[in-house]
Amino acid sequence: MIPSIPQPKSFRVAYGAYVALFFIYLVLPLGVVAVFAFNDSMFPSLPWGGFTLDWFFNDTQPRLGLFHDPRLLSSIWTSFFIACWVTGLSVAVGLTNAFLFERQDFPLKNVLYMVMLLPLVIPGVILGVSILVFSSTIAAFLETNFGLDVFFLRPSKFLVILGQFSFIATITTLVIAARLRKFDIALEEAAQTLGASKLVAVWTVTIPYLKPALIGAAIVSFLMSFENFNTTLMLVGSDQPLTIAMYGRLREGSTPELNALSLLLMVGAGALALISVFVQRDKP
Amino acid sequence: MRMQSATRLALFLLLAPIVLWLALLVILPHVDMFMVSMRERVGIRQYEYSFANYVEFFVEPLYWRTFARTAIMSIIATVMTLLIGFPVSYYIAKMLRGRMKNFLFLLCLVPFWVSELVRTFGWMILLRESGVISNLMQWMGLVSGPVEMLYNDATIMVGFIYTSMLFMVVPLVSTLDSLDDSLVEAGYDLGGNAFTVLRTIIIPHAMPGIVSGCIVVFMLTLGNYLTPVLLGGKDSLWFTEQIYTQFITRFNWEQGAAFGFLLLGLSSLIVWAGLRLSRQTLSQTMG
Amino acid sequence: MTDATDESELYDLECRNLVRTFGAFIAVDDVSFGVPRGDFFSILGPSGCGKTTILRMMAGFDRPTSGDILIKGKSVVDVPPNRRPVNMVFQQLALFPMMTVAENIAYGLVRKGLNKTDIADKVKSALGRIGLPTSGGKSIKQLSGGQQQRVAIARCLVLEPAALLLDEPLGALDLKLREHMKVELKKMQDQFGTTFVYITHDQSEALVMSNHVAVMNKGRFEQIGSPQDLYYHPDTAFVAGFVGDTNRWHGRVESADASGVKVVSADGVNLIATAAGKTPLVQGGEVDIFVRPESVVIATGEERVSGMENRIEGDLVSILFNGANSRALIRDRHTGGELDVALPQTGEFSHLKRGQAVHLGWGKAQAKAFAADARRDQGVGT
Repeated sequence: MIPSIPQPKSFRVAYGAYVALFFIYLVLPLGVVAVFAFNDSMFPSLPWGGFTLDWFFNDTQPRLGLFHDPRLLSSIWTSFFIACWVTGLSVAVGLTNAFLFERQDFPLKNVLYMVMLLPLVIPGVILGVSILVFSSTIAAFLETNFGLDVFFLRPSKFLVILGQFSFIATITTLVIAARLRKFDIALEEAAQTLGASKLVAVWTVTIPYLKPALIGAAIVSFLMSFENFNTTLMLVGSDQPLTIAMYGRLREGSTPELNALSLLLMVGAGALALISVFVQRDKP
Repeated sequence: MRMQSATRLALFLLLAPIVLWLALLVILPHVDMFMVSMRERVGIRQYEYSFANYVEFFVEPLYWRTFARTAIMSIIATVMTLLIGFPVSYYIAKMLRGRMKNFLFLLCLVPFWVSELVRTFGWMILLRESGVISNLMQWMGLVSGPVEMLYNDATIMVGFIYTSMLFMVVPLVSTLDSLDDSLVEAGYDLGGNAFTVLRTIIIPHAMPGIVSGCIVVFMLTLGNYLTPVLLGGKDSLWFTEQIYTQFITRFNWEQGAAFGFLLLGLSSLIVWAGLRLSRQTLSQTMG
Repeated sequence: MTDATDESELYDLECRNLVRTFGAFIAVDDVSFGVPRGDFFSILGPSGCGKTTILRMMAGFDRPTSGDILIKGKSVVDVPPNRRPVNMVFQQLALFPMMTVAENIAYGLVRKGLNKTDIADKVKSALGRIGLPTSGGKSIKQLSGGQQQRVAIARCLVLEPAALLLDEPLGALDLKLREHMKVELKKMQDQFGTTFVYITHDQSEALVMSNHVAVMNKGRFEQIGSPQDLYYHPDTAFVAGFVGDTNRWHGRVESADASGVKVVSADGVNLIATAAGKTPLVQGGEVDIFVRPESVVIATGEERVSGMENRIEGDLVSILFNGANSRALIRDRHTGGELDVALPQTGEFSHLKRGQAVHLGWGKAQAKAFAADARRDQGVGT
């Protein structure tokens, strides 16, 4: 069952066809979403009404284009804001965690590592509600005891950032720690014998070495945050991030504007994916 | 000594963020949620500790049926993802070389990069009554009128498998890739056939990948919300939906928290059983 | 070596009563030595003998449990590695992969805070001296193994260190390049005049390059001396066995006096040897006897060896042809033991056939008898 072992032709053809079918299955839903972004009709479905760019650029109702829809644009901005914060926090904490787990020894290190993995196996909905419950407990405590009304402990952008960070940090930790594990500690020692203090050695040698992992982790965090739904749904306040806004429109039934938005997301994600593949491939 | 206190300081500085993160965002919230699940509202702002919320779950058939349905369908989705994904992973890892291999592997990653919402939207466009497939079938004369293909279990399953596939294919491809061709050749050379080589050499080698793929797929399916709601419609009966309803619609946090813990318990139990059966550990499969 | 304090300025590097323990394990056991200015000093020993620990303590990556390390007469035990005037060349070289060749060489100069033009000048001259004048902009991966080696050394030497510490830097190279780099390293050391401390498990590297070699075993220095000393006048059984190839017998002393030592080996051969080492030999004591392959005379007839104190009849097992270093493996007809014998370069024995009878002989001066040390007897190779 490897190329060097002969197989009947019928088997090879059938196997090839199966794999081809699989990839059609993989691409088909995304393909139709993209195609109907250009449908000159009020609905993203057949019959095909002809080609139009209205769903991107038209500025009047009912055929409001994506780039003239203030509600969608502001939700894109909200998602972007959240994703930037989550990315920054997750990469920073992922970096310190990587150094902690790869370079330090302390009691209960394995236990801490297991706890660190937990957010990956806890369903996103539950992570979301648990943070919702806990923050409202704190808010209630502060209100009854100190008379404080801490607005950001109510469902808000702030809670969404914390909720997403709580599991994305695990992923960045794993990505960065994997790269740090391959780092030859002799490089840091070499820098030290050449006159660098420990911190300077880390900054001039180790961090540049980790750069591909840091960029990769940042891209993954950004996308995971931008596209997160489950955790966000439980913590969202009045500012709707993009996925929540899209979800609302999907349930209402929507014009092909939603397809246009989806296409834009795919292009953006594709570009980031290419960057990340490119960066990770060029490992020194 | 000076150097020792410096390393101590470094250790504490590195410990601070992870401890804050895990304590404030993972452990304490779950402890708090557990406390909430253990209380019963007996009056306005008056609570008592009790198992009432857990009892309610077993008393109300809708709840535990939804729960069982969620568990069983998640297991079926995991097995189907494995069965469909394994041959594809094997094809990519062992039958292809060079550019084509890299290209197809990257293609498998596409669903990860695209939002789950967009993916589900794609299936809705394809499968709904006025959708592409329904139209295509009418045009081909297979059916006389529009066909609704959304809002049934098969459709939900298609959506689950689609969403999870990547998390099965990636670990499978990487473990299969590390299988030396000469082992397969030796298997044949020593008198094996396709079936015995698959059973005795390839699958044992791929076991870590199979386990980690299955765990991740199972967890994702169990915790999925969008796919059952959008593809399954109002009556899809998924447990995460119940949690959402209790928390957001009914504002019954006590019941919702209890449901959350039941789901967590179920997932831990099944993951634990899977690890035991395959003799793997969590850090092996995740790390 | 000496530990007199007033001589310490002569030494670029000195260790006094150095001890390093890891729990109950004693990695370095009371080692003292000094490295004179401009010396090429090697520490030779099997893996795990503690030599890397000594080097890392000198570089500052490890702290002695007790004892002192002095560089140019000043104690450096409390000085962190980046402030010590010694540099280290690592086993896997540890060149920075994300920097160019020039950036690697400039790294230490930048840390010193030199200005840009000075750095550029020094890097340029260093590149010239190592024969890579145009490779400054290349990445490390574009260099061959030997070129990388030179960059790793130049990166340290531009800092003009008091001593360069080398941790088996030739270990990663293939055989041919290793032979070439031995000569090259020696030349670089002459050219820069820097003190080198070199650690290795490969005796030929140590013998070819060094002015002084310390042979180390189980945390202790067995002997310090010139390569010739170690080869011809080993102090201990370990040195005799570890430095150079040798044949070895273990036996019991029949009689010992000024005329020589009579020994019966464990497999029943009678041997006459010269007492060596510091421990006096006594009748009935256990000894190890070492005879170098080139000290054994091989002949097809008995006459050639008849005047020698030790004679053995044997059969040829095989010829290990290796040009000028060809050997014959001979089986002792009476005991079945095997001997390694160097063949004369004249080629007169190249026609020998497997199973052919030969006569071997050697003088008692070529056979060195050491009292077997019960504690250190293990681990001695042949």
